[in-house]
Amino acid sequence: MSRDVAIVATAQRPMETHTLLTSVELLAPTLIGVLERAGIERSEVGFWCHGSCDYMSGQPFSFISAVDAIGAWPPIVESHVEGDGALALYEAWVKIQTGECDTAVVFANGKTTAGTIDRVMTLQLDPYTVAPLWPGATALAALQARACLDAGKVTEAAMAEVAAASISAGLANPNVGWGVAAPADELLDRPYATAPLRAHDCGLPVDGAVAVVLAAGDAARSLCERPAWIRGIDHRIDTQRLGARSLTESASTAIAARHAGVLGDRIDVAELYAPYSHQLLLLLTALGLDPERTSINPSGGALCANPQMAAGLVRFAEAADRVLAGTADRAVAHSTSGPCLQQNLVALLEGE
Amino acid sequence: MAERCAVIGVGQTHHTACRADVSIAGLVREAVDRALESAGMGIADIDAIVIGKAPDMLEGIAMPELWLADALAAHGKPLFRVHTAGSVGGSTAIVAAQHVMGGVHERVLTIGFEKQSDGNTMWALSVPIPFGMPVHAGAGGYFSPIVRTYIARYDVPLHIGAMVAVKDRGNALKNPYAHLHDEGLTLEKAMESPMLWDPIRFVETCPSSDGAIALVLTDEATADAHVADTGRSVAWIHATAMRSEPTIFAGREQVSPVAGEMCAADLWRKGGITNPAEEIDAVEMYVPFSWFEPMWLENLGFAPKGDGWRFVEDGVTEMTGSLPVNASGGVLSSNPIGASGMLRFGEAAMQVMGLAGEHQISDVRKAVGHAYGGGSQFFAMWLLGRDKP
Repeated sequence: MSRDVAIVATAQRPMETHTLLTSVELLAPTLIGVLERAGIERSEVGFWCHGSCDYMSGQPFSFISAVDAIGAWPPIVESHVEGDGALALYEAWVKIQTGECDTAVVFANGKTTAGTIDRVMTLQLDPYTVAPLWPGATALAALQARACLDAGKVTEAAMAEVAAASISAGLANPNVGWGVAAPADELLDRPYATAPLRAHDCGLPVDGAVAVVLAAGDAARSLCERPAWIRGIDHRIDTQRLGARSLTESASTAIAARHAGVLGDRIDVAELYAPYSHQLLLLLTALGLDPERTSINPSGGALCANPQMAAGLVRFAEAADRVLAGTADRAVAHSTSGPCLQQNLVALLEGE
Repeated sequence: MAERCAVIGVGQTHHTACRADVSIAGLVREAVDRALESAGMGIADIDAIVIGKAPDMLEGIAMPELWLADALAAHGKPLFRVHTAGSVGGSTAIVAAQHVMGGVHERVLTIGFEKQSDGNTMWALSVPIPFGMPVHAGAGGYFSPIVRTYIARYDVPLHIGAMVAVKDRGNALKNPYAHLHDEGLTLEKAMESPMLWDPIRFVETCPSSDGAIALVLTDEATADAHVADTGRSVAWIHATAMRSEPTIFAGREQVSPVAGEMCAADLWRKGGITNPAEEIDAVEMYVPFSWFEPMWLENLGFAPKGDGWRFVEDGVTEMTGSLPVNASGGVLSSNPIGASGMLRFGEAAMQVMGLAGEHQISDVRKAVGHAYGGGSQFFAMWLLGRDKP
């Protein structure tokens, strides 16, 4: 019943910190780049969908300026999600399912270093009983990490292995390229930042922008030799109340993975949005992925570069790039949002 | 190709300046429970939830849908957030409908809300913008020059804005959920109302409201079963449309924005409507300042350019007229911003379903919901019918 939809082109802006560029300046070249790669004109795009966060921009309606970045004249069909671009991709996929359009551009931007992101994300919490305590996103993640350690679900050594792999992969990623490689045992000697998390266990806040082009059926085949077909996609949410859910597993990821058709099959590569090292380990369990058989976060993932609101869509771009290039046949892309992996989106991408 | 989709349940809160008796979660749940009751469903019957609201800074919670997951019993389900400026209530309902029309889910709950009393809207809309020019004028200051242009362009009599206000506030007296119940407003009194942003007077302006609305949207089989069970009509979605354009560029037409004209034209084309003023029985139009009624009548193709105000003057848009506009009292009588667009969409559904009570227009077969946002640049519309499309 459902229409075949594929990612046919991607574009990312090299990550940076404390950029002085506006969101329009971050997005415009990224959008031009992705259209060039897809080989389509702006006027041929059936739908545009954007992900961003007003509180990160420090202004209401901040997404309106993205309409300028598109250069939306004559008028266009577009929408916006207050959240990661991966959710915007989901909305575009739904729109294409209705048959109203065959192509869509999905994009996201996040200037994570424009403010104190840890405090900004505290504003996501229950405004009556939790947010007034200003716990901060990292402190909550540390509570989760502690629970996972106590339950024997993760070890500090395994977390350090995740971080060491991220640093090495980030050095090889042309959009990241920073960091100093270090073996896991050396990372374990470093001091705690927010115990039991060390600095390298926490995603590095950066500024970035990303865009992908979606196309349905024959449109995808005409734009691209080897489209990255979205074979399944689903997102689910858990309660936000930390005392009301198990912090040592990601139930919503497991449900989304089941609906996306991820579980049990061979996966060549997985790009998972884990802002903290222990969360990557929880995600591997929820997704049933084995690092011996699947390449996990070859981009380095969000630990080495976490442009919030773009980081989830970056995972889609990274996973799709490998299918488009023919180096992977089956790939998983994942995005998360909210404290301690509250909301999760999972997609299965496949080459033809 | 798209699956059929119908509105089978509508629920809203009483809108007022300050709902001190409920939290944001309580406000939202009140609308949700009423929508579910109207649909004859429990919250466990819902497959997915699509929620929209205006800027998060209005209440001071970033992405409040994450926190509201508990109040919505959303755990284990998809919960999706839309944010497209003032048109958000309309866009959110459209995104929710697309989940059904695309065959992704069968029973979708959609919600729009705003609790303006929890924050300070004027502050939230006036924060100094890094890298940009601040606009401290507020919405009235922004839109009044556009209204003046309309008046000057077509030599419109100055009492037209007041006539719309008297009509909408009068209609609101028949709507128990409306925020303002302005008894005894006459044209004379309206014309004496204080001038806020020339030519927009106090009574020609929307209030600041707390409020929420929820709709239950389903696939054809579920809607058919609902009709069979209850003997009541549902509101079938015949068409949806959205268009956007930039806020500012040289020569931009702001009285009748091209995006609005394209949005309406797309809706009429998809819905097979050739003469909107004849074929549409009820319109719920986004009119936060009374003058926008004649302007949108022209923009959407109900009236020829320059003639929208004549529709108002001739009483065409009264509840007793041939093209009733905002029988609910409209945004001019209740404005919980993030819910206002969905209230238009939901009130249009209520007219088709025959659920509008005292403000019901007789025999509505086709109704339109309309929302706009930003600097008259984001447009969302849907066309509903009592018969299947």
